[in-house]
Amino acid sequence: MSVLVLDHVSRWFGNVVAVNDVSMTIGPGVTGLLGPNGAGKSTLISMMAGFLGPSSGTVTLDGERLHGRPEVYRRLGLVPERETLFDYLTGRQFVVANAELQDLPRPREAADAAIALVEMADAQDRSIATYSKGMRQRIKMAAALVHEPSVLLLDEPFNGMDPRQRLQLMELLRRMGADGRTVLFSSHILEEVEQVARQIEVVVSGRHAASGDFGAIRRLMTDRPHRFVLRSSDDRALAAALLADPSVRGVRLRPEGGLELEAADFGRFTETLPRTARDRGLRLLEVTPTDESLESVFSYLVTP
Amino acid sequence: MTSRMRPPWSPTIVRLGARSVLGRRRGALLVLLPVVLLALAVLVRVLVGTDFGAARDTAYGLGIVVLVPLVALLATSGLLAPEIDDGSVVYLLAKPIARWRIVVSKLLVAGGCTTVFGALPVLVAAGLLRGDAGFALGFGLGAFVGGLAYCALFAWLSAISKHAVVLGLVYLLIWEGLLGGLLDGVRWLSLTQWSAAVVEATAGTGLGADLPTTYAAVALALVVGAGTLLTARGLARYDLRGDE
Repeated sequence: MSVLVLDHVSRWFGNVVAVNDVSMTIGPGVTGLLGPNGAGKSTLISMMAGFLGPSSGTVTLDGERLHGRPEVYRRLGLVPERETLFDYLTGRQFVVANAELQDLPRPREAADAAIALVEMADAQDRSIATYSKGMRQRIKMAAALVHEPSVLLLDEPFNGMDPRQRLQLMELLRRMGADGRTVLFSSHILEEVEQVARQIEVVVSGRHAASGDFGAIRRLMTDRPHRFVLRSSDDRALAAALLADPSVRGVRLRPEGGLELEAADFGRFTETLPRTARDRGLRLLEVTPTDESLESVFSYLVTP
Repeated sequence: MTSRMRPPWSPTIVRLGARSVLGRRRGALLVLLPVVLLALAVLVRVLVGTDFGAARDTAYGLGIVVLVPLVALLATSGLLAPEIDDGSVVYLLAKPIARWRIVVSKLLVAGGCTTVFGALPVLVAAGLLRGDAGFALGFGLGAFVGGLAYCALFAWLSAISKHAVVLGLVYLLIWEGLLGGLLDGVRWLSLTQWSAAVVEATAGTGLGADLPTTYAAVALALVVGAGTLLTARGLARYDLRGDE
C-alpha cells in the first residue's frame, strides 16, 4: 500500500505558472485526475513520476521525495500519454526489456505474467509497429506493471481509444485498484473518470479546484449557474414570467432578439421553462445553452 | 532485485540501442560511408601507389576529417535524439537506473559504431594506402579517440536540442571546417586537430596540428567525460509534459 502526497506544490516555467499550490493525497484505489487540456495534469503527473521537481512544495511517495531518485521506479509504474514505443520490437520483447531494466531476477516469466494480465498473449509476438492504439495502450500497461509496482500513473490513457478498448482498460484499472494498488490516471472527460475512479481530483488552470467522490464532483458541476439563449413567440412576456420563478437568476433582452437567461437551479429550470411557456401560451423557438463547454464548467469550479 | 556488482552500463540499453541504430536507414548510411572511404583508398593506391603524401592526405582528409565525425554524428544522433523527440526515452528513464548509466550505455553503442564504421575503416584505408602497420595503427588510434570525443559531444547536443544533427553539422562545417581553416588558434579547441595530434604522435607523420600530444589526449578525455556528465544532466531534465 503506497501513498503519494503533494504538499503545497507549485511549478512554474519562466513566467508561466503550470501548477499553483496544489495539495493532495493519493492513496490505494483508483483516483482520477480531471481537468481540461492545459490545466497542468501532465505537469502534475510528471512531478508524481519524479521527472520534474516542484518549484516549491514537496512530492513524496511513502514519505520519500521523488525527484531525481531513479530507485523509486521499483515501486512506481508509469504509462505515458505518448504512444511511441520501440516499434522495432515485438510486444513481448518490449515487455521483457522493461523487466530487464527493472533488474528483475526472472524477466521472461515476469513479462509473461504482465502480458497475460493485459490480455495481450495472442499478439505478443507481433511487431509493435502493427499494433492498434488500444493494443499499444495495453502493452504499455504490461511494461509498467511488469515489476508489480504499488503505484501506477497513467497520463490520458483513454485518449483515442474505441469504446470496447476503453471498457477493457477501465476494467483493468478497477482490478488494479481493487488489488490495493495506488492507481492515478488523468483525463479531461468527467464521464470517463467517474466510471472508474473512486476518488476524483479536479485541476483547472494549475489549481486544485475540487476533490471528492464522483457524486460530489458531479453535483458541483451541475449545481452551477447555467446560461441559455432563448427565443420565443413573445420574448418580453416570457422574460417577465420566468423572472418570477426562483430558479432564474437573471434575464436580459437581446437587442438582436431573444433572451439571455441565467438559471440558478438547473434542475428546476428545466421543469419551469416548458411549463411557463405552455401556461402563457408562448411558443419556444430556441433554447441554447451557451456555457456547456468543458472549460466553462471547470472555470466555474475555480471562480470564488 | 539483486545486490550484485553492476557494470556501469545496462546490457539491455546497449542491445536496444544497437538495434535502433543499425535497424534504421542510418544503419545503411553507416555502412555506406566507410565503403566509400575504402573504395577511394583502393583507387588512390592503384593510381599513385604508396606515395606518402597521398596516403597521408587521403587518410587524414577523408578519414579523420570527414568519415569519423560523420559516422559519430549519425550513430549518436540516432541513439538519443529520436527517443527524446518521440518520448520513448521515458521507458528508459522511468527505471531504477542512474542517468549516467543510461548515457554510458548509449555511448558504448555510439562508440562501438564509430569504431567499427569509422576508426576501423580509417585503419584499413591507411594500411591500404601506405602498406605500413605503424602508419595504419596511428591513424586508427587517432580516429578511435577522436570518434569517442565526437560521440560524447553529439550525445550532449542530442540531450539538449531537438536539432542535434543540424547543430552537429553546423559545428563540423563552421567550427571545424571554416574557422579551423581560417583561424590558427581554433586548433587548440578542435576535436579534429586533437585527433590529428594523436595521429602525429603515433603514425610518425605531420598533419599540421602542432599541438602537444598530452594536451590533445587530456582535452579528448575531458570532452568524453564532460559530454557524458552533461548528457546525463540533460536527460535528468526530461519531463513528460509533451505539448501541454
